[in-house]
Amino acid sequence: MCNKQEIINKNINIEIRLLLEAIYEKFGYDFRSYSKAHVKRRILYRLSASELKSVSEMQYKVLYEDGFIDILLKDLSINVTEMFRDPLFYKAIRDEIIPIIKTYPFFKIWHAGCSSGEEVYSMAIILKEEGIYDRAQIYATDFNQQVLKKAKEGIYHIDKIKEYTRNYQKAGGVNSFSDYYMAKYDSVILEKSLKKNIVFADHNLVSDSVFGEMNMIVCRNVLIYFNSDLQNNVVKLFEESLMPGGFLCLGSKENLKLSESFSDFKVIDDKEKIYKKKLY
Amino acid sequence: MQYKAIVIGSSAGGLNALKIILSVLPEKFNIPIIIVQHVSPQSDNYIIEYLNKLCKIKVKEADEKEKIKRGTIYFAPPNFHLLIEEDKTLSLSVESKVNFARPSIDVLFESAVFAYGSALIGIILTGANNDGALGLKKIKEYEGLTIVQDPKTAEVDVMPLSAIEATKVDHIFSLQKIGKFLSSL
Repeated sequence: MCNKQEIINKNINIEIRLLLEAIYEKFGYDFRSYSKAHVKRRILYRLSASELKSVSEMQYKVLYEDGFIDILLKDLSINVTEMFRDPLFYKAIRDEIIPIIKTYPFFKIWHAGCSSGEEVYSMAIILKEEGIYDRAQIYATDFNQQVLKKAKEGIYHIDKIKEYTRNYQKAGGVNSFSDYYMAKYDSVILEKSLKKNIVFADHNLVSDSVFGEMNMIVCRNVLIYFNSDLQNNVVKLFEESLMPGGFLCLGSKENLKLSESFSDFKVIDDKEKIYKKKLY
Repeated sequence: MQYKAIVIGSSAGGLNALKIILSVLPEKFNIPIIIVQHVSPQSDNYIIEYLNKLCKIKVKEADEKEKIKRGTIYFAPPNFHLLIEEDKTLSLSVESKVNFARPSIDVLFESAVFAYGSALIGIILTGANNDGALGLKKIKEYEGLTIVQDPKTAEVDVMPLSAIEATKVDHIFSLQKIGKFLSSL
């Protein structure tokens, strides 16, 4: 037995499923295997913010109104990030991974789901301080063009610098954080040399394929928005994109143990979620 | 009415309040309880270890994509929103703070309503902001059961008062009474 609200809820679920189909068919962005609770929350947020009567009406807007899809894409991708977010993770990178990749003449790092780039530049700073930046090729990818553009610019609001500086220090930074940016009005512009070996590119983890021969893949707080099946597929994609012995770094609450590919990896740091692809 | 889940939101003063309610629940208590307690982003969630020692049922931090089990108490991890999927698994999110909070009570309550409909109990305890008021209202709209800690007994009464103002709640109880009520289910 359902009450009136519960019936409405079922209708909304049908409408959301149809909206996601429409987005996929028209634009190629596939949110059908995302966490349903997350997608619903974001769509209902946009529904009330744009004063539409129903999700069906939103579907009409998505199909017929230029630009509305960009607003929705922004809603559906979470772009909350910071430099040296979870400082102890970066400390673990310094202590546990850097000594190994220091022995490589050349190496490739892939930041999958890089958002507006803060964590990519954090990695670049660490590589510089360890004296191995010149041997690195960093690929930073996201499916959202708007955030990718922001990532390329490397310009952030000055309000955040205090927190980033604190994070940097906690993460084992050896210099003064102000060495890496120039303040201008209410923005900071990151040091140009940090960008030299970073390639920003459009890549969708849901629909695009292997991104070859990486020594390290960093993908933090992205998998939490996917359902279990999609998580499994993406971890498999990572496994196939890594060299044997390559590292996979996930977000602090993203556990590889639940993944079908877990047996292909060795746990390097359980707390900071750093894994290594087995050699055979 | 057979209730299938209980969600609780608490903030300032929450640890003591939760202790009083949860420690009286019997071993055979078989409704899952999902809790958002506002904590600092850097918290090590010691509250879980502490309550797990005191309670007769299992207390744990919510794991990403974990299936919700009967007779278990789940806490949102610090600095993550906790959502309930309609297939009764748990999801985490780092989206922006809601009501200045991450985890936010409203985020948990709203997703819980979609998952459990009228078979849900929502409880708001002590706290110094108005997070949870909208979520509790939503639970009431879906004909779930709504309970608020008696503001007169709350360490900080802002949160219970906001919840009572936002909706016509079913019960306003002391902490002891909430514990007794849940135990009788």
